[in-house]
Amino acid sequence: MKQRKLAVILLAPAFLLVAFTTVYPMITSFWTSFHVLNLAKSIDIGRFVGLENYEEAFVHDPDFWTVMAVTARFVVIDVTLTILCALGLAILLLRAGFGQNIVRTLIILPFAMSPALIGISWRFMLNTDYGAFARTIAAIFPFMKGVDYLASPFWSMAALVSVDVWHWAPYFTFMLMGGLASIPPETQEAARIDGATNWRVFRDITLPQLAPVLIVAVILKSVFALKVFDAIVTMTAGGPGRSTTTLAFFAYHIGFRDYDFGYASAVAYVLTVILFLLSLSYMRFTFRKPA
Amino acid sequence: MSKTGMSTAGMTPDLSARIDAARARRVATARRRSRLRLLENLTLAAIAVIILFPILWMVMTAFKHPIDVYRYTVWFTPTFENFREVFNPRWGILDKIINSTIIAVSTVCIAIPIAVSAAYAFSRLHFPLKRTMFQWILLTQFIPAVVIVLPFYVMFRKLGLLDTYAALIIVDLAIVLPYAIWTIKGFIDAIPMETEEAAIVDGASRLRVIWDIVVPMARPGILTAAIFCFIITWNEFLFGYLLSRQKVVPLPVGIIGFLLERGPVWELIAATGIIITIPMFFFSMMIQRHFTKGMNLGAVR
Repeated sequence: MKQRKLAVILLAPAFLLVAFTTVYPMITSFWTSFHVLNLAKSIDIGRFVGLENYEEAFVHDPDFWTVMAVTARFVVIDVTLTILCALGLAILLLRAGFGQNIVRTLIILPFAMSPALIGISWRFMLNTDYGAFARTIAAIFPFMKGVDYLASPFWSMAALVSVDVWHWAPYFTFMLMGGLASIPPETQEAARIDGATNWRVFRDITLPQLAPVLIVAVILKSVFALKVFDAIVTMTAGGPGRSTTTLAFFAYHIGFRDYDFGYASAVAYVLTVILFLLSLSYMRFTFRKPA
Repeated sequence: MSKTGMSTAGMTPDLSARIDAARARRVATARRRSRLRLLENLTLAAIAVIILFPILWMVMTAFKHPIDVYRYTVWFTPTFENFREVFNPRWGILDKIINSTIIAVSTVCIAIPIAVSAAYAFSRLHFPLKRTMFQWILLTQFIPAVVIVLPFYVMFRKLGLLDTYAALIIVDLAIVLPYAIWTIKGFIDAIPMETEEAAIVDGASRLRVIWDIVVPMARPGILTAAIFCFIITWNEFLFGYLLSRQKVVPLPVGIIGFLLERGPVWELIAATGIIITIPMFFFSMMIQRHFTKGMNLGAVR
C-alpha cells in the first residue's frame, strides 16, 4: 500500500508530462480530423464533418494514393537495402574480426549528424555541375554524366533512399552483429564438418537462428523510414512533383502549406495507425520473453 | 579408407598420388580462402570510404575558398575565413548556437529528474499494471511528430507562444522523456538492491535512498541519458522548423538561412555543419559504450 503511494508520487510528473506532450495532442489531432480547421480562415476549430476528411483522402484526393504508393515504395526499398547492407557488413566485419571498435566509431559519425544537415549536404554533392557525388559517378560511369539527380523522380527517390541507408545501415550492422555473435557456433561447425557449403550453412542454419533479431530490425527500420522528414525537407522538398513525398511530409505539407489542419490531421492519423500497428508488433517481439 | 589395407608398408604410387592431390587441393583451398579474405577486406575498405566520403567532403568544403568549392579537387589552400564569416552578425549563427544551447540544456534539466524518479518506480516498486504502463510510455516514441506538432502549433499560436523557448522545450520533452526513463531504468535494474535495503532497514526514507544511494550509483546511466537527450534535442529539426520564426531558431534550422535566392552558400553551410556536429561527436564518443544500446528507441522520432 505504501509502495503504491510512493509509486504514484514518483510517476506523477512523468505521466503528467507524457499526458500533456503526447496524449493531449494525439486526442486533439483525432478530434480535429473530424472537423473543419483551416488556419487560413480561422484559428478556431470549425464544424463537425464526420469522416469527410478521411473520405477526402481515400476517395477524392488522387494525391493521397500517389503519396501512399511513394511511401510504400520508399519503405520497401529503404528497409530492404538497409537490412541487406547491414547484414552483409555485419558478416564481413565478424569474419574480419577487428570490426567492433571500428564500427562503433563509424556508427557514431552519421549519428552525431543532424538528418537535416545530411540532407542538405547530399543536395550539395548531387549537384550536376559541381557535386562531388555527381562528378565521381560521372567519372566511373561516363553515361551518367549530366544527370540532374534531384530533378528526376527516379534519381531523387534513389538519393533519398541512399541518404537514409547511409544514415542507418551502420546502426543496424551493429544490431545484427550482436545477433550473429549470440548464435552458438556448434551447429554451424557441425554442418561444415558434414560438408555443407558456406552458403548452405548461412541459409539453413545461421539465417533461421538470426530471424528474431532480423524481424525486430525490419520493424524498427520500417518505423524509422515512415518517420523520415528532415532529409526530405532539406534535400528534395518532396519533389520533383510528388515523387519523394511520403505520408509524413504530405501531412506536413497539407497543414503548413495549405493550412488545412483538418485534412492534415486525418492524413497524419493514417500514418499514426500504420506506425501504431508496427510498434505493437515491435513490442511483441522485444518484450516476448520476460527479462 | 577401405583401400589402405592394400599396402601397409611403403607408399604405392596410387596412394602418394592421392596424397599429392589432396595437398594440392588444400593449397588451392587455402589460396582461394586468402583471395576471398583479400576481397572481403577490400570490400570493407570500400564501404569505409563510402561512409566517410560525404563527411570528408563537407569538412574539406568548410575550409575551402569560395572559388574552390565548385571545383572537384582535394588540392586547395585551406582557409579559416568561412568559420569567421559564419559568426558575422548578418548570419546570426551565434544567436542560433545560444538558442540551441538554451533549448537543449533546459530540456535535459527538466527531463532527467522526472525520468530518474519514474525509472526508480518502474525498477524497484511493485504496483498494478507496471509492465503495461512502461510499455505504453515506450510506445509514445513511435508516434509521428506531425501528429504532435499540428495541435501544438494551433495551441501555441492561440497562446502567443510561437517562436518562444517554452514552445520548443515542451515538444522536445515529448521526444526525450520516454527514452530517458528507459535508459535510466536499465541502469537502476543493474544496481544490486542490498545497500538500498540496508538503508531502508536503518530507517532511511525512500526519497533519501533515491537521492543518496541510487542516484550516485546510477550516475553513468543518468549521464548517458542526459547526453543522449542533449544530442537528440540539439539535432532536432522538425519542431524547430515549424514552431520558430526568428527569435528562437535552433542551429539545424538556421542552416536553411544559407539557402539564398542567388544560390546556396555551400562553404558556410559546411562550416556551420561542422560547428553543429563536432560537439555532438565528442559527446557521443563519451557515451560510446552505451550509445548503440540506447539508440534502440532513442533517435526514433
